[in-house]
Amino acid sequence: MLERVPAAPDPRESDRSGLPLRVYVRRSGSSDSLVRVETRLPSDVTVVEQAVELIVRHCLSGHAASQRFRFNLSVVLSECLANAILCGNVQNPDKSVAVRAELRQDRVELEVTDEGDGFDPAAVRDPTTQDDLEEPCGRGLFLIRSLADEVRFNSKGNSICLMLRRK
Amino acid sequence: MGFTTEKNAGGVLVVRVEGQLIVGNRQELKSVIQEASDNGERKFLIDFSKTGYIDSSGLGALVSISKKIREQGGELRLSGLNEDLRSLFELTKLDTLFAIADTSDQALAAF
Repeated sequence: MLERVPAAPDPRESDRSGLPLRVYVRRSGSSDSLVRVETRLPSDVTVVEQAVELIVRHCLSGHAASQRFRFNLSVVLSECLANAILCGNVQNPDKSVAVRAELRQDRVELEVTDEGDGFDPAAVRDPTTQDDLEEPCGRGLFLIRSLADEVRFNSKGNSICLMLRRK
Repeated sequence: MGFTTEKNAGGVLVVRVEGQLIVGNRQELKSVIQEASDNGERKFLIDFSKTGYIDSSGLGALVSISKKIREQGGELRLSGLNEDLRSLFELTKLDTLFAIADTSDQALAAF
């Protein structure tokens, strides 16, 4: 079964003021990929809440998921979008963030790609040490790694791909 | 999504986070607290019983708020964290930094 809504427009070509976000949804009951959600977001942190709600709702609609799983997925997605918008695209309105969320039988996969220069994930400090506990920043990647079951970056460091097992 | 504030009889400003506390609205919470602090408020309770989720930006904002309140001789307590939210504080070890009560009544009684 295929269900399509209009493909996500490139936010750079649109009037962003008050523009509702659009997602591209593909549902398939026969293959391992049950639902695939794609969208492209402007580099604007005020869209993160709506984007997370929309993507998680479409991705899990009609499928069983525990409250904790929905919570972890929402937090991890919010972190990825915030990192992409703030650190990757540095809120440059000429850049956007591509998102893919895919529900499979046993897991959800997320892929978030920005248009920034990338970073070295190995260089990120542990925010839970006594020295860094009162730092206002630096917990995003730590939370992603703590809540997701697998995390990978591309070699450039501007695309994160992660997996959460369905529980 | 939003914040409601209410001053209780004991002089504690209770801020309720309704919805999410994330990258898109953390500055708003900081502004609410800062403005109240500038107006002389010193006792703060942030209640999360109506909160969906918090991201690292929200946690970072709470750390900043806590620092500022402490520097000004004030006191901050948190309450109403459900099991999911509490797990974020435990993972990041921020449960060791904040005074966290199960309910707002318990937190208010501790001021």
